[in-house]
Amino acid sequence: MTLLTPVARRRSWGLAALFLFPAILLFAIFTFYPFLENFKTALYQTAPYPGLPSKYVGLSQATSILSSSAFLQSLTSTFLFVVMVVPLGLLLGLALAVAANKTIKGIAIFRIIFSSTVVTSVAVGAIIFGTLMNPIVGLLPWLGINPNPPLLQSPTWALPAVAAIAIWQFLGLSFIVMLAGLQALPDDVLEAARVDGAGAWTVFWRVTVPMLSPTIFFGVVVGTIYAFQSFGQIDILIGQANAQQFHVNVLLYYIYQSVGGTNPDPGQAAVLSIALFVIIMVFTLLQLRFLERRVHYAGR
Amino acid sequence: MPVVERPQVDAPPWWSNKRLRLLLRYALLSIGSLVIIIPIYLTIVNSLLIPSQLSQQPPPFFPTHPQWHTYPTAWNTGNMALYLRNSIIQTAIIVLGQLATSILAAFAFAFLEFPFKRTLFVVFLATLMIPFEVTVTQNLATITSLGWFNSFQGLTVPFLATGFGIFLLRQAFLSLPPELREASILDGYGNVRFLTRVVIPLARPAIAALAVFSFLASWNQYLWPLLVSGSNNKITTVQIGLKQLAATQLNQINVSLAGTVIAFLPLIILLVVFQKQLIRGLTAGSVK
Repeated sequence: MTLLTPVARRRSWGLAALFLFPAILLFAIFTFYPFLENFKTALYQTAPYPGLPSKYVGLSQATSILSSSAFLQSLTSTFLFVVMVVPLGLLLGLALAVAANKTIKGIAIFRIIFSSTVVTSVAVGAIIFGTLMNPIVGLLPWLGINPNPPLLQSPTWALPAVAAIAIWQFLGLSFIVMLAGLQALPDDVLEAARVDGAGAWTVFWRVTVPMLSPTIFFGVVVGTIYAFQSFGQIDILIGQANAQQFHVNVLLYYIYQSVGGTNPDPGQAAVLSIALFVIIMVFTLLQLRFLERRVHYAGR
Repeated sequence: MPVVERPQVDAPPWWSNKRLRLLLRYALLSIGSLVIIIPIYLTIVNSLLIPSQLSQQPPPFFPTHPQWHTYPTAWNTGNMALYLRNSIIQTAIIVLGQLATSILAAFAFAFLEFPFKRTLFVVFLATLMIPFEVTVTQNLATITSLGWFNSFQGLTVPFLATGFGIFLLRQAFLSLPPELREASILDGYGNVRFLTRVVIPLARPAIAALAVFSFLASWNQYLWPLLVSGSNNKITTVQIGLKQLAATQLNQINVSLAGTVIAFLPLIILLVVFQKQLIRGLTAGSVK
């Protein structure tokens, strides 16, 4: 900024410090400190009785948790959940967006309906579907589905059932993102492809989807974060006592139980938190590596 | 002007490609809408049924004797009024706090010169790589040692700064025409007046988008409110309240469903009103 005199510049340092101070303070206390503290806490084992000091055990606690069958099962459930929710949620969102990406009569209403699940909270979604899946309620038998054992109390079906609820809730966001992506595509390229005689199906897969790849990439990242965060449905519909038995003890729920359950175990929670961080990191890097290479950025 | 003779075009028959495609599109749109609406519709119907009707075969698809009293029951015995109030307080504090910290920090990064600017910006971006869930254990300990357990400070303060918001607004501020900055300096505007008179009014769309985004994120919070609320409902939010309602009203599913509708309807209205801002906020990273 050539217009600034040295005095004005120094004044601007002070103002910058003042403006940045709240954010720096909050990030230091509530993001960086707890993040780093995890690595220390992970080395200490929580005493079996509350009130006693925790004991330094080094890496042995981490290795024993990370190799336990409970952790491996939790990892499997988390992975299956993410793999069910993200691709299906994005594909269905894309289908709805393609259908709604034309200015025809009544389209505004359809768009609002498709976006609407974005405002349903975890608790709302869980209760809506928990009721419909409830064996006492007459819907499933009417549809010819035998609700015994109840869907949400079956080691096979509980996870897909919860994933279906999460997909339904993710549909709104997925639709909004995909529609915005479709609307930002340059019309001339699509028009040129059509004039060249390409059929609608070919245009969609050979032109629209590649040009939409930045949006799809964004959707995958957002969807993965969303899926890793979901555990409210499981907490409300299945609960701590049964989560492991029904194979729905996803990683975040496991962490929640170590933090806020009946027997808080900060050491275990720290180990699991670091594991969650590493997993999300690996997922993000893999996505960057495998997806971004194929992403087509128009004119950039 | 010469009269151009137009070739006579017949109206396309109903089976023509174009009509059929339009029909197909409406069919797809309707199926999609049903998938979304049926669960919500059945929830409203079920909330108005007598509990014994819920297990009927075939299930009632229309409330023949609507039990309107389930709504006042959910409102009163279900404490929905208190939970809604708590959620509104929580959300208002977080949204206003995030707007304030994001506007100030984004302004500093966009318009002010100071040492270690790039380094600090990278540090701020790094917060995006650390999900809140990963820090939740220690944060609970911090909040407890500050004496903020079961208080609105504890519920909201950890969320008052957001790397996403700072990043979003910095982009918006940088995309304002640079001549504005020079003109305002020539006009004798200081930084603060430049911020309040020029930047904030011009970046209103981005600020509104951030507001809607952080509104949704904080309203729908589940993990943290569950951890910091005590058992006396002092700060219990709607989400946690619904969980309690569902757990305690086992023989009155209709009441817990009425509570769900009460929690859900205001947001649908907000969606219809703020659709544009919402979409801009949610797609902020996707297209550009």
